[in-house]
Amino acid sequence: MDLELSPRELAFQAEARDWLAAHVPAEPLPSMDTPEGWTAHQEWEALLTEGGWSVVSWPKEYHGREASLVEWVIFEEEYYRAGAPGRVSQNGIFLLAPIIFGHGTKEQQDRFLPSMASGERIWAQAWSEPEAGSDLASLRSTARRDDARGGWVLNGQKTWSSRASFAHWGFGLFRSDPEAERHRGLTYFLFPLDADGITMRPIAQLDGEPGFAEIFFEGVFVPDADVLGEPGDGWRVAMSTAGNERGLSLRSPGRFCAAADRLVDLYRSVTEDGQFAGHCTSTVGARVVDSWMKAQAYRLYTWGTVTRLAGGGEMGAAGSVNKVFWSELDVALHETGLDLLGAEAEVESTWTDGYIFSLSGPIYAGTNEIQRNIVAERILGLPREPKGARR
Amino acid sequence: MRFELNGEQQAFAESLERLLTASDTTTVARAWSDGDTGPGLALWHRLAEQGVHALLVPEDQGGMGAGGVELVTAFEALGRHGVPGPYVESAAYLTTLVSDDDLLERLAAGAVATVSIPPQVPHALDGDAAELAFVVSSRLHRATVGEPVTSVDHTRRLSRVTTGDPLDLEVGPGAAFDVASLATAAQLLGCGERLLDDAVAYVKQRKQFGREIGSYQAIKHRLADVRIALDFARPLVAGAALDLEAPDRARDVSAAKVAASDAAYLASRVALQVHGAIGYTAEFDLSIWLLKVRALVTAWGTPTYHRTRILDSLLKAGA
Repeated sequence: MDLELSPRELAFQAEARDWLAAHVPAEPLPSMDTPEGWTAHQEWEALLTEGGWSVVSWPKEYHGREASLVEWVIFEEEYYRAGAPGRVSQNGIFLLAPIIFGHGTKEQQDRFLPSMASGERIWAQAWSEPEAGSDLASLRSTARRDDARGGWVLNGQKTWSSRASFAHWGFGLFRSDPEAERHRGLTYFLFPLDADGITMRPIAQLDGEPGFAEIFFEGVFVPDADVLGEPGDGWRVAMSTAGNERGLSLRSPGRFCAAADRLVDLYRSVTEDGQFAGHCTSTVGARVVDSWMKAQAYRLYTWGTVTRLAGGGEMGAAGSVNKVFWSELDVALHETGLDLLGAEAEVESTWTDGYIFSLSGPIYAGTNEIQRNIVAERILGLPREPKGARR
Repeated sequence: MRFELNGEQQAFAESLERLLTASDTTTVARAWSDGDTGPGLALWHRLAEQGVHALLVPEDQGGMGAGGVELVTAFEALGRHGVPGPYVESAAYLTTLVSDDDLLERLAAGAVATVSIPPQVPHALDGDAAELAFVVSSRLHRATVGEPVTSVDHTRRLSRVTTGDPLDLEVGPGAAFDVASLATAAQLLGCGERLLDDAVAYVKQRKQFGREIGSYQAIKHRLADVRIALDFARPLVAGAALDLEAPDRARDVSAAKVAASDAAYLASRVALQVHGAIGYTAEFDLSIWLLKVRALVTAWGTPTYHRTRILDSLLKAGA
């Protein structure tokens, strides 16, 4: 058992650290859910691509540098340590790309991956529907076969689609076999968000910015070339995305380690300022310790996961263990930061922004209640709860 | 980079697991708490033959020359099986502290030794069963075991000690205490795993309102939280065990102890709750682990002691 990095990995780490130190913007970019922030984040992605850092683990032909899983984690640690911007392309590069690599044709890979890597084309997910949230398999949006045109016609409504207001293409599941029940008869589609028949209605998120959108489909034609995987096999294809979202890729440990370091700095500065003079600081001090400790635990846990995956293991239901832990850590860490700021806490700052963002963590990518069911049923082997009546 | 047990470490874990599974450790623990240390000492010597006491003793002094990873592997197994006895004192603390050839050789061979280090370790564990007793203040002293003190965990037989002659050995604040805290953290992890296993087994077969209580979300979610807490305490224990000479050892050991305490304590509360009244009986074996966890949470540094060490270390590092 060891945590030693090889000479090659150390060299990779040094190269990443140097490049980031030279290129990360000194001032944080405006929110990517605003028009000016969107542009600034896309420009940052272009710069990352130029440096060869946008998708380090991908093949060279798609802007990658074929980094190992260990190197990917190293890069993520350096990325967040350097305070680099959030990834506007994350739904594409982290959620959709693994599916395109796993289930897409070579033609689809060549057509979609390069512009996804460079941040030129931004992807939005279209999973939830007004009546299908945690129970995603009850979705009602339909895909009707159109043999004459060689494709499918989409109808229905998707919602809570992150960044869809500004994004270029979407991906999601539609019911292609109206006779089939729940998980069967679903197909995975890719579609341009400016296609004929698509109407977009932006929805302001908790922070007031239009980070969500509702997407209405009225007779939207999608050619066969833009079906991912086999028609009717969409659930199986999509569930490999879910594993990625909950597991390693979406929330790399570097993000929490960097945030915990900022929290320790904040604690140091407010206690040195004397803001807490005469106050009981032991409780909030213990919470600072717990945030740091959990970030550290997450980092080490991730190395364990990387070891397992590198040895041919699978993420499986462990992704749910992971997701509950990081999402609750993120909220607790930001709550502690706000409490340290005292009466100034309500004034907009990176801590309020981070706090509001953290509140979405226990909800998206499958709520933490669903994740706890998965942990209990698939890892602990507890009996499934009888499900409610089918429609 | 390979953050999991290697083949040899895995084999060591499995052989200990086999030995302890075959040793009827709950009967051993119950006898120990009734004052019959015979079965416990027999197990002690079987484990000494397996090298558990000699793990940290250098090979040229009659030991195994193993490291922290083997140590936490062994102590997790001791915790999982509820094995009574002053293992932390003998096989973690003293084997790290002393360098005297004769004493080390005796410890490696399975001498039963105990120690008190006020204020963190105010009483000596299992002094009535020990051949050797020590007190550590600024240096190591012989000690006389005095009147018994009752622990919340009846398998922990505590005694007051009287300080005797000093031994010719200076003691720093360093490694030995941290190694003992880490071994305790590993023991807590093992206790937590055992509590979770027993709770899961129980809720799968206990039926109320016509179905297994483990099918209710109110039960599932609490047990899932225990799984998650243990899964994230484990890497902190393993990480601290990797290098017992690391510059951040004190900080990392403290994190391991805090996280393992929190996780095991949560396991104990949830395990009792899902068992209901049967869990609240002395006769039911769950009681062994329920109260052991409570005792170990404050043994070898309380959570407050360890959190303070972490905070001090973090503030110093970035200043």
